[in-house]
Amino acid sequence: MITVKELTKRYAHTTAVDQISFEVAKGQIVGFLGPNGAGKTTTMRVLTCFLPPSSGTATVAGFDVLESPLEVKKRIGYLPESPPIYPEMGTVEYLRFVGKLKGLRGPELEKRVNYVCERCAIADVKNKLLGKLSKGYRQRVGLAQAIIHNPDVLILDEPTAGLDPKQINETRDLIKDLAGEHTIILSTHILPEVEQTCQQVVIINKGKLVATDSVRNLQARARGAESVVIEVGSRNGELNVPPIQQKLEQVSGVGRVSCKEQIDGRAIFEIESQKGRLVRGDLARAVVESGWDLNELRPAAMSLEEVFLQLTETSGPAETPKAAVAKESHS
Amino acid sequence: MRNAWIICQKEMRSYFASPIAYLLLTMFALVFGIFFWNMLGLFALEGIEMQMSGQAFPMNVNEQVIRPILSNVGVLSLFFVPMITMRLFAEEKRTGTIELLATSPITDVEIIVGKWFAAMILYSCLLFFTAVNFAFLFNYGNPDWKPLAVGYLGLLLQAGALLAIGTFISTLTKNQIIAGAATFGVCLMLWVVGWVRGYETATWAQVLSYISVITHFQSFTKGVIELKDAIFYISVIFLGLFLTSRSMESLRWRS
Repeated sequence: MITVKELTKRYAHTTAVDQISFEVAKGQIVGFLGPNGAGKTTTMRVLTCFLPPSSGTATVAGFDVLESPLEVKKRIGYLPESPPIYPEMGTVEYLRFVGKLKGLRGPELEKRVNYVCERCAIADVKNKLLGKLSKGYRQRVGLAQAIIHNPDVLILDEPTAGLDPKQINETRDLIKDLAGEHTIILSTHILPEVEQTCQQVVIINKGKLVATDSVRNLQARARGAESVVIEVGSRNGELNVPPIQQKLEQVSGVGRVSCKEQIDGRAIFEIESQKGRLVRGDLARAVVESGWDLNELRPAAMSLEEVFLQLTETSGPAETPKAAVAKESHS
Repeated sequence: MRNAWIICQKEMRSYFASPIAYLLLTMFALVFGIFFWNMLGLFALEGIEMQMSGQAFPMNVNEQVIRPILSNVGVLSLFFVPMITMRLFAEEKRTGTIELLATSPITDVEIIVGKWFAAMILYSCLLFFTAVNFAFLFNYGNPDWKPLAVGYLGLLLQAGALLAIGTFISTLTKNQIIAGAATFGVCLMLWVVGWVRGYETATWAQVLSYISVITHFQSFTKGVIELKDAIFYISVIFLGLFLTSRSMESLRWRS
């Protein structure tokens, strides 16, 4: 449905988006993830034909954003970061206006206006002025205008930003609900949001593509192996790292052991289990039975959050781990 | 052009849903009323003086009342145009609603024409209410209506040109006050550059005088449609709207 190829967008002095490529299949919800200033909004603006790309191509439903922008615009519903509302308009009046802009007329227009009011739960503010609505309602009116012409593709720029937790949940449910009929790209810097609503993730940082993969794969990558941190101490204040490491490596199911830190009578190890093995109990037993103290043992299971941080913190061009992730997703 | 009409309706709605339209209508009607009152007073005084002195010069309502009023209103509109156009694009840029328009399946030209036309309608409304004054004139006097109609046509053309320039300037900034002030400055310049004609006859002075919007208005106040003056205004309208569309496109490349 959406194909982006080596998309680059340069501003006067900065490159906001640098050679990004990804694809989105029909009916999917894709999470567009990245820290603030990563280039999410810019990419979305290119897709909605608001900004032209500096180089590279983007096509939506088979239409190029540069060559046939009107065709692309007909098929896209867009909710920018702050909902584009006119404060002096009433809710229904505004939706009618947007509907007309998108080419709806007559009874069809009325039908759609009523439908999106129901769908986005804004029927109770139908006759209020938009300027008087709360942030949550404004956001939902924004969503309503995006879906009014029943577009193939929905592009939502941080749809839950600035909402309270209850509204966030409602908005997420609404988005999930919409997924069947529309292909959705939503940008966010909130990870649980992606875990909860999206099937696929595109992670970008500083304008560069860091990873694109399905949420499940990324989670599997993160959680397949158990990762444990343990701190071992000794009573007499002397501690030899190699024998402990050896002992830990011998515990069945342990994959890799590395000593992270050693401070007088204590040593901290990071241990990764083999895929699908739980090793915490055995580790504890091994340490205690060998006469050492077990000061601390905690799981360091990587959440999507950590994958994300790991991927985005090390900046610069795609290096080994990132490249691996990016490549896998294409295969 | 159906889309342009949708935009136009929306703009009309925001003029008349806010106090802007009513404020402008009131101020315009008041100032116009004072012009009318003054000119009529002068006219009456002259008539009395002439009777007293026993001389009988021909007196003409068209020449002595309508024409000076039209000239004044031509200048008056320089002050009102910025207030009409300053919000057109600046406001949409500030609130981000420009993104909605720019990502809807309509062309830039439709957006621009719609907005400009809404401004024209508002200006026409301002003019419409001044007709009350002339209704009195027609009731008690016997003026020729044709020069008056030509004068109003001239006012509309002149305003169309200035509104197009104002629309263009409004695309250059997010700040309404800057848009308004800049438009006002340009309008004033387009008026006063014509003054050099008074003491200088060199070519550059003639050029300056030619680009003055007020110079071209003089023929209309006389009740004459000069083709070159009409064409001047129409070209400025097209130039202004063309610049607006260029500016909108460059927004996309720059922003």
